[in-house]
Amino acid sequence: MVATTGGSITSDAPLKGRRPVSRSFWATAWRRLSQDKVALVCGSILLIILLAAIFAPFITPHDPYRTSMARRLLPIGDARHWLGTDELGRDLLTRLIYGGRMSLFMGFAPVVLATLIGGFLGIVAGYCGGAINMLIMRVTDVFYAFPSVLLAVAISGVLGAGLVNSLVSLTLVFTPPIARVAESVTTQIRNQDYVEAARATGASGWRIVFGHVLSNVTGPILIYASSMISVAIVIASGLSFLGLGVSPPNAEWGLMLNTLRQSIYVAPMNAILPGVMIFITSMSMNLISDSLRASMDVKV
Amino acid sequence: MLLYLLRRILYTLPIAIGVSMVCFALIHLAPGDPLSAVIPEGASPEVIAQIKTAYGFDQPLPIQYLNWIWRAVQGDFGMSIMTRRPVLSEVGPAVVNTMILAVAAVTLGFGLGVGLGIAAGYTAGSPIDRVVTAISVSGVSVPHYWLGMVLIVIFAVNLGVLPAMGMGAQGSATFALDWVSLRHLILPAIAMSVIPAGIIARSVRGTVIEVLKQDYVQTLHAKGLPGRRVFVHVVKNAAPTVLAIMGLQLAQLLGGSILVETVFSWPGTGFLLNTAIFTRDLPILQGTILVLAMFFVAINLMVDLLQSVLDPRIKRA
Repeated sequence: MVATTGGSITSDAPLKGRRPVSRSFWATAWRRLSQDKVALVCGSILLIILLAAIFAPFITPHDPYRTSMARRLLPIGDARHWLGTDELGRDLLTRLIYGGRMSLFMGFAPVVLATLIGGFLGIVAGYCGGAINMLIMRVTDVFYAFPSVLLAVAISGVLGAGLVNSLVSLTLVFTPPIARVAESVTTQIRNQDYVEAARATGASGWRIVFGHVLSNVTGPILIYASSMISVAIVIASGLSFLGLGVSPPNAEWGLMLNTLRQSIYVAPMNAILPGVMIFITSMSMNLISDSLRASMDVKV
Repeated sequence: MLLYLLRRILYTLPIAIGVSMVCFALIHLAPGDPLSAVIPEGASPEVIAQIKTAYGFDQPLPIQYLNWIWRAVQGDFGMSIMTRRPVLSEVGPAVVNTMILAVAAVTLGFGLGVGLGIAAGYTAGSPIDRVVTAISVSGVSVPHYWLGMVLIVIFAVNLGVLPAMGMGAQGSATFALDWVSLRHLILPAIAMSVIPAGIIARSVRGTVIEVLKQDYVQTLHAKGLPGRRVFVHVVKNAAPTVLAIMGLQLAQLLGGSILVETVFSWPGTGFLLNTAIFTRDLPILQGTILVLAMFFVAINLMVDLLQSVLDPRIKRA
């Protein structure tokens, strides 16, 4: 299914005595999204986590890196450390707030990069067709033929731990599926009558790509990419959990889960806390993606 | 039909070759000379030269690839740097262990997903449907390695009823069909089953709703067929899609088991990969990834073939 853009979709019943308002596709989608309670709640949760992460130093009085042997693994509900402390005596709540910086970045950045690269490759392959399509899509197929976690672990494992290497491996994981979506939508649009008509009136290739293809491809790609973010958050934290992401003493949810795992018998509640953050963010993102899909009424 | 099957198999070949090229390239992506990873510290120049020829590093890359793939096809994946044993003898048992875990997880996820999905599909819009939808979204969102830790906290630390680690008594690495081994399998299998369960529940729900809307189902109802006979028709039409998803999930789990295996110290491919990464045992790393990726390609192919046999509409397309 192809989303129609530019056309006027009059949603809801028009008010009495007023002319029905015609809105653009994006305005309609935004209107539906802003009336979706689930999307609003999840969006607010993500916004709170994001803002807390950005303004972390103003929110928490504790230093996320200051260790204290005397205050190791304090239980949740401690008077000074509300969510307890970790295995090195650092305030857990503080580290969870700071951890949002790295974890959210690692969830969004690879998907944004993959959307740009994959979208470009897919549109080029779909629009040009022929040998170029063959070349691009067969190479994508090869990377698509790896289980996603395995590919991420393999590349990160070989390149070595680190933020940049994780970013590279995750981008490589998410590019092929996005390229596929972009290619299939572009191929459909290329054969539409109105593109034929545009070409007949002498529109240039660039004009067709920017005027028709891009506006139609954006919706499906955005929806697909949004559903990838929750996967990216889980896999990226997974990489740090394996010790392949950012290195200690950085605060990152997956890494915190990894180091706290040693204390699972001593302080089980503290040990599982960072995972709650990963779960909440990934769940919110998944629900937002569902709402986005419903609001744009696109099947990918 | 036969032609379609043949074409589909032929189409897989270039992908399999591409996958093997990526696996081959991995070792050259590694920072530094791949040789430095294989040569033991303080080796004499003769030993270095010997290893160089053994690995064929003195030859151009395409030749190296051909040599490597030729040996790999014959089952020779080189030697592990750490254990000095053939890679295949390390990867083989690990693949079997991972397979046991993945099959258990998919079976569990399939049962749960189909049950929930049918319940939700038949009661679309009801509270039951909402609960199932919530469960399936949680299933696909939850970091399963974290769920593994939560299960350990509940069942091993607090209740003390199930083992938290390993595969059998005294760190055994072979699976026996006895109570001890099964007890070790329960927690990791549950942790790994949530993703397939969520995905299958979601797609079964969608398919059931779709099928129930079809005209022929209305006709069956209209001519007075009892609900349970109509159900048979629903199942028949939903089966190909659901089976395909199950196959793909099995394939994903085979490759994605590394996180859960690490949490539960399950001696499978994930655990092997993890060790290989941190000891820089590149031959093991390469061999494991190649074997897992080939499994993935093969399962995908089988799912496709099976689906086209089950659903005659596909081959016409």
